Amino acid sequence: MDPPALLTLKDVGISFGGLQAVKQVSFQVQEGQIKALIGPNGAGKTTLFNLITGMLTPDQGEILFHRQAIQGLPPFQIAARGISRTFQIVQLFGHMTVVENVMVGRHIRTRAGLLAAALRLPWSRREEAAIRAQSLEWLAFVGLQARADDYAANLPLGHQRLLEIARALATDPKLLLLDEPAAGLDMTETERLKDLIFAIREKEISVLLVEHDMSLTMEVADEIVVLDHGELLAEGPPREIQRHPAVIAAYLGRDWEK
Amino acid sequence: MVRYQRWLQAGAFYFLVAITGSLLPGTYYVTLLNLIGLHIIIVLGLNLLMGYAGQISLGHAAFFGLGAYTSAILTTTYKVDPVLGLLAGLLLSGLVAVVVGIPALKLKGYYLAMATLGFGIIVAIAFQQMDWLTGGPSGFMGIPPFRLLGWSFKTPTTGFFFVWTVVGLILFLSLNIVDSRIGRALRAIHDSETAALAMGVDAQRLKLLIFVVSALYASLAGSLLAHTTNFIAPSSFGFMFSIKLVTMVVVGGMASIWGSLLGAAVLTILPELLAVFHDLEVVIFGLILMVVMIFLPRGLVRGLLDLWEFRQRKQQGR
Repeated sequence: MDPPALLTLKDVGISFGGLQAVKQVSFQVQEGQIKALIGPNGAGKTTLFNLITGMLTPDQGEILFHRQAIQGLPPFQIAARGISRTFQIVQLFGHMTVVENVMVGRHIRTRAGLLAAALRLPWSRREEAAIRAQSLEWLAFVGLQARADDYAANLPLGHQRLLEIARALATDPKLLLLDEPAAGLDMTETERLKDLIFAIREKEISVLLVEHDMSLTMEVADEIVVLDHGELLAEGPPREIQRHPAVIAAYLGRDWEK
Repeated sequence: MVRYQRWLQAGAFYFLVAITGSLLPGTYYVTLLNLIGLHIIIVLGLNLLMGYAGQISLGHAAFFGLGAYTSAILTTTYKVDPVLGLLAGLLLSGLVAVVVGIPALKLKGYYLAMATLGFGIIVAIAFQQMDWLTGGPSGFMGIPPFRLLGWSFKTPTTGFFFVWTVVGLILFLSLNIVDSRIGRALRAIHDSETAALAMGVDAQRLKLLIFVVSALYASLAGSLLAHTTNFIAPSSFGFMFSIKLVTMVVVGGMASIWGSLLGAAVLTILPELLAVFHDLEVVIFGLILMVVMIFLPRGLVRGLLDLWEFRQRKQQGR
């Protein structure tokens, strides 16, 4: 028997008006797995991310995390259960410093409330110091410790993407969703991103990524899920996907073989 | 050093208050300073809501009024102890803030502004119309001075020490809130609510929380106003005052605690200087709001600092 899956999607679907953006999609992410989600533009990849993280609620189907249904929960509760994400269009807290951005990631794992904060209770000050220390560690993990006190908005795009990853990791996720982490990165940065994704797995965090950079995807992913027009087209290890006739057809057009 | 910074700040603040209080000539300045202190309390709260959490309120005068009228009615008509009156005001304002905040804070931008504006107008009308309780448009007279542990703050000068002690306390609380896990989450909501949610910040609850806090600040200031001036009238709690409060936040600087002090002070003194142009007050406030938003979008404090730094750099360049 298979080991229990970390994340299970069962016949998940959602439509916007008349458009069925995601249709009966089912797949699993195992613990310790790096799984990639690919497909042409508009295939429903980001929509699927929004469904998993609670930004959207599916019309049909079930999403199980640690064997518990999470569909319909608000995003902050899903984050609390251990799913974190980055965004295709970077969503940093631009008016805050780099380290403060990561510190927000610690919010869900810490508990100083308004009163404790307002009165500067000793335990809340200790907690605050711990938040800062842990956040600096995550910055070091992605290689941004030197920029800790710069404003996030002033970072170049490559660094902003790394910062989003550090911030997401600071929530102590079991599953990290990366939405096009390599978009806008040059070749050396992409190479470093690849190492980073492997290092994240080393920390026993599973990764689900959407990525258009095929060489990166083929290198890092254990398994690939292909979406087209909201439907699951194929699923399997990179080698199989590369040769899969339906995938080739979806990417290159049906007449390619003639 | 950093560890004792707050204590040094507190020490300096109260030293200044003590000196000012004992040196001030005449009632006029004392009364003006008391008013500034009360405005600072409200503006500090409103800045937490607007500057930090990024949620506007055009109805905060209503909470100021709720505090003032609750204190006035309970202590004068029903002879309740001022401390209890003040606490009752806080309770009422807090409850109203929860009831108004839950639906209103689901709205964003202009819609939130409209909702809070409507709320403010309704409350202002209630103060006017419920004359059996509030004294109606002619106001509420004969409010006793504040009493605490056998002390009575009868004269403007004792009132001054009382008000500014509270200002110091509120300033301390506000600085701490801003500089904490909660303050950070509020700023995160301001910058990107989507990302804040994805990071596990319960944005809706936090927005409500800070809305209630800002309402409590305003209510506290209202109670103090009732007891220091001994007379209140509905005209002090109308739409115009809500706009003034927003102007104070913007002029002082959004998300700037120290700016709030300056914003409240400048815009409380200004109408006194412009008393000649009384009819034009609204126009002048509007003009100030526009000029500051266009030329000093980060407020007076930051704007002046930027200007000074620019000068420094220019001189060094030569």
